[in-house]
Amino acid sequence: MKREQLPLGEPVNLSRRRFLLASAGVAAGALVLGCGLPLGVGRVEAADAAAASPIKVPALLEIRPDGRVRLLCSFMEGGQGIYTAMAQIVGEELDIDPARFLVEAAPAGPDFVVMDNGRRITGGSMSVRTSYPTMRKLGALARAMLLQAASERLKVPVSELTTEPGRVIHAASGRTLDYGELAERAMDLPVPDADSVKLRAPSQFRWIGKPVQRVDAYDKSTGKAVYSIDIKVDGMLHAAVQHAPRLGMTVASVHNEEQVKAMKGVHSIHRLPGAMAVVAERWWHARRAAEALQVDWQEAAADSRVRAMPADFSSDGHRQRLAGETGPGREAEQEGDFASAWNNASTRVEATYHNQYLNHAQLEPASATARFNPDGSLEVWLPNQAPDMFRADIAKRTGLDPEKITLHSPLLGGFFGRHFLYDSANPYPQAIELAKATGRPIKLIWSREEEFLRDVLRPMAVVRFRAALDQDGLPVALEAVSATEGPTEARAGKQAEKVDATAVEGLAGKAYAIANRRIAQNYVQGPAMLGYWRSVGNSLNDFFYEAFLDELADQGKHDPFELRLKLLRDNPRLTTLLNAVGELSGGWKRGPWVAEDGTRRARGVAMASPFGSHAAVIAEVSIENGQVKVHEIWQAIDPGSIVNPAIIDAQVNGAVALGLSQALVEEAVYIDGKPRARNYDLYPILPPARMPRVQVKIVESGEKMGGIGEPPLPATAPAVANAVAHLTGQRIRSMPLSRYTFS
Amino acid sequence: MDLRINQQTYQVDADADTPLLWVLRDDLGLTGTKYGCGLAQCGACSVLVDGNVVRSCVTPVAGVVGREITTIEAVEADAVGKRVVEAWVRHQVAQCGYCQSGQVMAATALLKHNARPDDREIEAAMVNLCRCGTYNAIRAAVHDVASNEGAA
Repeated sequence: MKREQLPLGEPVNLSRRRFLLASAGVAAGALVLGCGLPLGVGRVEAADAAAASPIKVPALLEIRPDGRVRLLCSFMEGGQGIYTAMAQIVGEELDIDPARFLVEAAPAGPDFVVMDNGRRITGGSMSVRTSYPTMRKLGALARAMLLQAASERLKVPVSELTTEPGRVIHAASGRTLDYGELAERAMDLPVPDADSVKLRAPSQFRWIGKPVQRVDAYDKSTGKAVYSIDIKVDGMLHAAVQHAPRLGMTVASVHNEEQVKAMKGVHSIHRLPGAMAVVAERWWHARRAAEALQVDWQEAAADSRVRAMPADFSSDGHRQRLAGETGPGREAEQEGDFASAWNNASTRVEATYHNQYLNHAQLEPASATARFNPDGSLEVWLPNQAPDMFRADIAKRTGLDPEKITLHSPLLGGFFGRHFLYDSANPYPQAIELAKATGRPIKLIWSREEEFLRDVLRPMAVVRFRAALDQDGLPVALEAVSATEGPTEARAGKQAEKVDATAVEGLAGKAYAIANRRIAQNYVQGPAMLGYWRSVGNSLNDFFYEAFLDELADQGKHDPFELRLKLLRDNPRLTTLLNAVGELSGGWKRGPWVAEDGTRRARGVAMASPFGSHAAVIAEVSIENGQVKVHEIWQAIDPGSIVNPAIIDAQVNGAVALGLSQALVEEAVYIDGKPRARNYDLYPILPPARMPRVQVKIVESGEKMGGIGEPPLPATAPAVANAVAHLTGQRIRSMPLSRYTFS
Repeated sequence: MDLRINQQTYQVDADADTPLLWVLRDDLGLTGTKYGCGLAQCGACSVLVDGNVVRSCVTPVAGVVGREITTIEAVEADAVGKRVVEAWVRHQVAQCGYCQSGQVMAATALLKHNARPDDREIEAAMVNLCRCGTYNAIRAAVHDVASNEGAA
């Protein structure tokens, strides 16, 4: 492959092979430090280039003679800023400016497992928090080796040496050596014991905790950043597909194959499982031809391998089916005795909530490029959040040894959960099949319409709440029974031993002191393909719970902010957080009041504790032309400790935008087994005009580090819903709000 | 047909109704301009034609023969475009970055026509979609360029 086609479009990217030659001393020296299992001892392996195929050599870190540092990142960059965070963390301990880093996605393979749970995925807001100690150690080990090399070169003990960013200093003699000058020598040294290096004290941090600029900001502002859809390999053909309108259907016959074959630019036409494909010299030709194919589709066979979508499926119908599931459900959380508290209560509150299906609608449509090499090996360029899982799947599909499969992971043009492994939702199996059939490299792009057709959906749930209030109007018992299918059990196609945590998170795990709780799930398998969507179960469940909590506040005649404070009175961390968002908003006030511009406004509050972090949101809304207008969002977020406050601010903005989008406008509607929307014309996402001002307060409690990509999302929708309910007097028990009429 | 793109002339063999986007991307390798929707809904494909922003995914290539096309690849050759890019970096606008080529082109077109747009004018002109929610950063960056107008 050509290195210059990799992410960041970095012009000086060396090929792996050339790099190995360089690191072996043929051209120029470079320190290559790999890191095995999490927290394991790093090791230098580059010197033995001949022993292994290049791609297998672990090489997380390379210090180049020019003093630049190349980091092969275990995590995929899709806007969350992980490349920058990793450069900050490694750079901190290595003592070199993160701006000196070239960061690229690491290939598949066990050498790039740096998460403390032994996995390698980019998801669950886990990247920084699970790799932080390992990546710091990696930087520190590399620094120790550079010090050792300098010690030998200057013939002084290591103890007399220090570092400043990018160089080793011998203060006594005033001599300095740039890292680049030491790289070649350091390369031959053994990696010290991981426990022998001392990490920096946080008080001494130069870059961690600072608003360091993103490593990719310029490339992404000038069109130089390279995504999967931009990949070009020599001799490639372009492909487009027409999918069956419903998953599971297959091609019965094609009426006009000969005419389409004669269309300009068409190379060949192919029948694929559940799709017709056209290969052409240009994607535009392929697409036009694929759309022109007149296909008779037949219903899925009884033994269909995929989840067949029936002709009578509708999203509204499915919601009714979920609403009809009124059994007690399987318990996910149980505390105290809900039943007796309910039976003895003086005040009881019941309400049923539901949400909608959602698409990911990331701006980059899915694509994949596949190339078989003369030696039988296969290279695939594709958007993914888990290279090892994808490679294993490709191995299974092709029968190839995984060692024969090279995965390239360009920048992601948005992901939000879209690029996990979902059967039939990824284009790479088709690209591989077409590359095999044509003997040419194939770049397959799914048109926006095909992308929407095969995207997996954020699950839908109907949740029945019951709660009991005591004489003071405080909740003493709460039950939530969700009729739903979680994304994890949907991917597995069956229920697991335990309740799918991704189905109930945000109902379960709430911090409020309510003595008697019962959270349960009625598992209802549906035909729609489901997947993870930014903040997963929390994206719906915190909406339900926090909106219902406001109902309880109103019933018990408590201010919702004060009620939350009461229920968190024994939780100093969340009390601090809630007060922080109150202060950020200028002091909690619920309204309604008439603003200077004449609009009537109110505020709502909500909280969520997803992915190891905690968030509190206040929203200010009015009604404008019958629609909800969100003017302000204040969010206080406590991820324990942080790496980059500027990126956190951006992530909060992004999560708020997505949270508002689902609260206000988004909905994937299925009718007759088909999605109503196949593009942004019928699937609106939050437009710029509806983006409110967002103010963020980061609270560093010093507790265990949590995630940041997803946690700012879930409290957004209920804060808005609570504000709207208070403003209009109309309870909001479902999303999106575009389904409501306000006056 | 001959196309004038980024101050160069390209000989292109394409059907008259081929969208400019695909000529740029597949024929000329100018992949900085992105495909998002193909329906002029999202704006990821925004380019300048004679200084006006157009959505290249629905612009037939025959319609831009003889006109000056500017893509993101050459945006820094334009004095306003250069300042827009600098503001985009200063404000760290991009997240995934996929829509940002189009955003930068839309902002450049706006600021070339109107050096000091007010909030309403910015809102009217900056309508491209962004799934990462960079809208506030975009707004701040456009304001930044506008307020520095004349100072540079």
